[in-house]
Amino acid sequence: MTQRDGHGAVAPPAGEPIQLGRKDFVSDQEVRWCPGCGDYSILAQTQRVMPDFGYPRENIVFISGIGCSGRLPYYMNTYGFHSIHGRAPTLAAGLKAARPDLMVWVITGDGDALSIGGNHLLHTLRRNVDVRIVMFNNRIYGLTKGQASPTSEMGKVTKSSPFGTVDYPVSPLAVALAAEATFIARSVDTFTDHLKGTLDRAGHHRGSAFVEVLQNCNIFNDGAHREFTDREVREDRTLTLEHGAPMIFGKERDRGIRLNGHQPEVVTLGQDGITEADLLVHDETDPLIAFMLSRIYWPEFPVPVGVIRSIARPTHDQMLNDQIAGAIAARGRGDLKRLLNAGETWTVE
Amino acid sequence: MSTGTKTERAVQTRELERVTIRFAGDSGDGMQLTGTQFTRTAAAFGNDISTFPDFPAEIRAPAGSLPGVSGFQLSFSSSDIHTPGDAPDVLVAMNPAALKANLGELPPGGALIVNTDAFTTQNLAKVGYKSNPLTDGSLSQWTVFNVPISTLNSGALEGLGLTNKQVDLTKNFFALGLMFWLYERDMGPTLAWIEAKFAKRAEIAEGNRRALRAGYNFGETTEIFHERYIVPPAHLPPGTYRNITGNEATALGFVAAAQLAGRDLFYGSYPITPASDILHQLAGYKNFGVKTFQAEDEIAAVGAAIGAAYGGAIGLTASSGPGIALKSEAMGLAVMVELPVVIVDVQRAGPSTGMPTKTEQGDLLQVLFGRNGESPLVVLAPATPGECFDYAIEAVRIATTYMTPVVYLSDAFLANGAEPWRIPALDGLPDLTVPNRTEPDGFFPYARDPKTLARPWAVPGTPGLEHRVGGLEKADIGGNVSYDPENHHRMTELRQAKVDRVADGIPPLEVHGPAKGDLLVLGWGSTYGAIRSAVERLQADGESVAHAHLRYLNPLPANTGDVLRSFRRVLVPELNLGQLQLLIRGRYLVDAIGYHRVRGKPFRISELEAEARRQLAELGVPAGSATR
Repeated sequence: MTQRDGHGAVAPPAGEPIQLGRKDFVSDQEVRWCPGCGDYSILAQTQRVMPDFGYPRENIVFISGIGCSGRLPYYMNTYGFHSIHGRAPTLAAGLKAARPDLMVWVITGDGDALSIGGNHLLHTLRRNVDVRIVMFNNRIYGLTKGQASPTSEMGKVTKSSPFGTVDYPVSPLAVALAAEATFIARSVDTFTDHLKGTLDRAGHHRGSAFVEVLQNCNIFNDGAHREFTDREVREDRTLTLEHGAPMIFGKERDRGIRLNGHQPEVVTLGQDGITEADLLVHDETDPLIAFMLSRIYWPEFPVPVGVIRSIARPTHDQMLNDQIAGAIAARGRGDLKRLLNAGETWTVE
Repeated sequence: MSTGTKTERAVQTRELERVTIRFAGDSGDGMQLTGTQFTRTAAAFGNDISTFPDFPAEIRAPAGSLPGVSGFQLSFSSSDIHTPGDAPDVLVAMNPAALKANLGELPPGGALIVNTDAFTTQNLAKVGYKSNPLTDGSLSQWTVFNVPISTLNSGALEGLGLTNKQVDLTKNFFALGLMFWLYERDMGPTLAWIEAKFAKRAEIAEGNRRALRAGYNFGETTEIFHERYIVPPAHLPPGTYRNITGNEATALGFVAAAQLAGRDLFYGSYPITPASDILHQLAGYKNFGVKTFQAEDEIAAVGAAIGAAYGGAIGLTASSGPGIALKSEAMGLAVMVELPVVIVDVQRAGPSTGMPTKTEQGDLLQVLFGRNGESPLVVLAPATPGECFDYAIEAVRIATTYMTPVVYLSDAFLANGAEPWRIPALDGLPDLTVPNRTEPDGFFPYARDPKTLARPWAVPGTPGLEHRVGGLEKADIGGNVSYDPENHHRMTELRQAKVDRVADGIPPLEVHGPAKGDLLVLGWGSTYGAIRSAVERLQADGESVAHAHLRYLNPLPANTGDVLRSFRRVLVPELNLGQLQLLIRGRYLVDAIGYHRVRGKPFRISELEAEARRQLAELGVPAGSATR
């Protein structure tokens, strides 16, 4: 077991500590999501968590793609860039390479990140670009008024699939894991404290952080996650992960996940002599545990929430800038005159 | 013009003004290297040069096949030349396929040096020769020099312990050595190159040295050549020169521009022929602070460049037509957010994958109009490999001065072709520094500079300027999202007006020749050399013909309409089906005539000359007194 993400927490600029509150991150723009949308909660937790990072507002940039999620940057009193569909990670990669001093967030949705922008998500994560990607997953296209998305369940009846979809959904966490993301987490729009805590972890991670937020679209896919997120059932139907702790869940904290061979199974503590010692202990650095967690879901299993994976790895901008510093150290700062006159030259009198 | 001198072996040396050589062989035969080495030697000797590498997209097509033929044409001269020559004077054919693919362009009487060893029954059959052209008399109209290059070369390398394959790979240097002898060239630069290139492989270095010398000595001792040729140095303007291709000049130009702007260069790119060499070159300039990013696709490449420009860097991306198509949506975003990115399009034959290694000017209308909505941006096009440097600097100047995306149109011929380049003095280069906005008082993201209409460059990290930009329409000045009908109309006009303003800061369209007259030949991009040469031939005959060449395609120079209307007829030769012609007719209501060829090759001077004469004849101009 290696260290958690404390190894390379994003360093805020040196100098006086900055005292900011949630209100400092609220822009003057009127929020225009549908009343009752889960996005309001995500926005509120995002604004609430920002002061924790110690960054001045001007050093924080929110970049989004297209979809309801894409509106979020307008509501943050930071720098913001509402780009084009699926491409936010590309702008983030270029910005972060050019400006390693900035804290960059990408706000996206299940269609934006996994459909039109799937390629960029894959490559941004595998490069370990130092950017936090928050993906709102409502399992539907909301802004275009209700078509199936890459996370819509098979057979889903929507405007674009009146006879039900014939497409299998992807698991966002498994995609992120396959793409070598160094930080992967899941939270839920209505689990406000958990969401804030998860964003806090993501914000302190150095490298690509991927956070799936299960979000309710009360207009086009109302109740998409309610079977396991409603207040009365959530403790029995979700599994809150904690690094180094056994995987226990349930209102009575009497249920857990055990490995039977290499297969996970739900067990009840006290039954058949099962104790905490029999349960799987979460390890954020173990890729096999991460893969298992990316594959289990309601109704067969409780839905895992929290940090699935967090490992240390040099970031893209760090390596890029190290190469530049190394080249300057080895060859001296580039001399334009010498560059233009390089190779074979001849003089005409 | 020839002056005879005698060497000790009674071989005449004849002085020529200009020679054009084409090396042709299998794509694995090293013809590009052979041509490049001869070019370097000629350039260092002081000749004016112009080259045309012509190679297949296949890395190694089946050996000996027609699709696998790779050629390199170079022209070297003691006078100022603009093109690599319409047709070769000498064709070096390393196998039957190379002969078959190139013979049609060798004029009668031209010299043909063939590697007879490659003319086996099997190789002849591969390309459909029923009998051996070397012996069946079909080559009688050319001067054929039969040289068993492979045999002679293996003999020279005997005892080195190289494999047959390694020996075979050096035979191009035998051919090069022979050409060095024939044109009285110094082997020194190539020997030095071999030394450096194969520093760690002594036996390969020795093999190449022996091959080169064996070819040279063969010329010296054989009796098949009765003449050698000397092309004296050209009278180029004073200065320090180097040989440069368009892609090299493009890369250097952007490095220089970033330095002149005092900003880092960020280059996002996805590999694509014929633009990849720009990435290869820039990736080596880390100590200049150049950040290169080989993106996952064309869209990511331009997206990252926009992100970098947003952060205050010089954002650059390059591609070819198919990649530009993919970048189009993001280019529209750059128009909307008004950020200074430069998009290089090294054009190639299209549509679709087309002919990736072959040149064309088919993307002009794509870059001008290939985006949704009214989406104006600036379009520049250098005319020569050397100009690729100047217009890189110009592209960055315009992008940062006006806060606009700029498209820079190169093409495969410019990118790979080479010419001597007079290295500019640094103090002659412009200052490209522009300030970032730092003052929060009175800051509005879409407030405009009254002269340039540029919006402020307000980069993240600047306290008090936190703001949001994006692809949605912005309210004038304030920059918040706006669906107001009148605002959209005003913003659309403002974006257009800003691009139009660029015309205030660019030089007028120059006319080479009479300011008024019968015929104006109007071109853009890499056709410069062929047009200029054709027009000069007509002018030498006393015809009233002028040449004007556009480097600025959007906006067009302010005097363009006046220039066009000063001639009875306007001829627009293009390597497309009439894209500038359409533009000129639309903008100026001038009945411009087009001349179009899309063969994947540059124009020949002779065809443009003939077309211009045809136009003059139609105008009723009697043929000049010195008509050829």
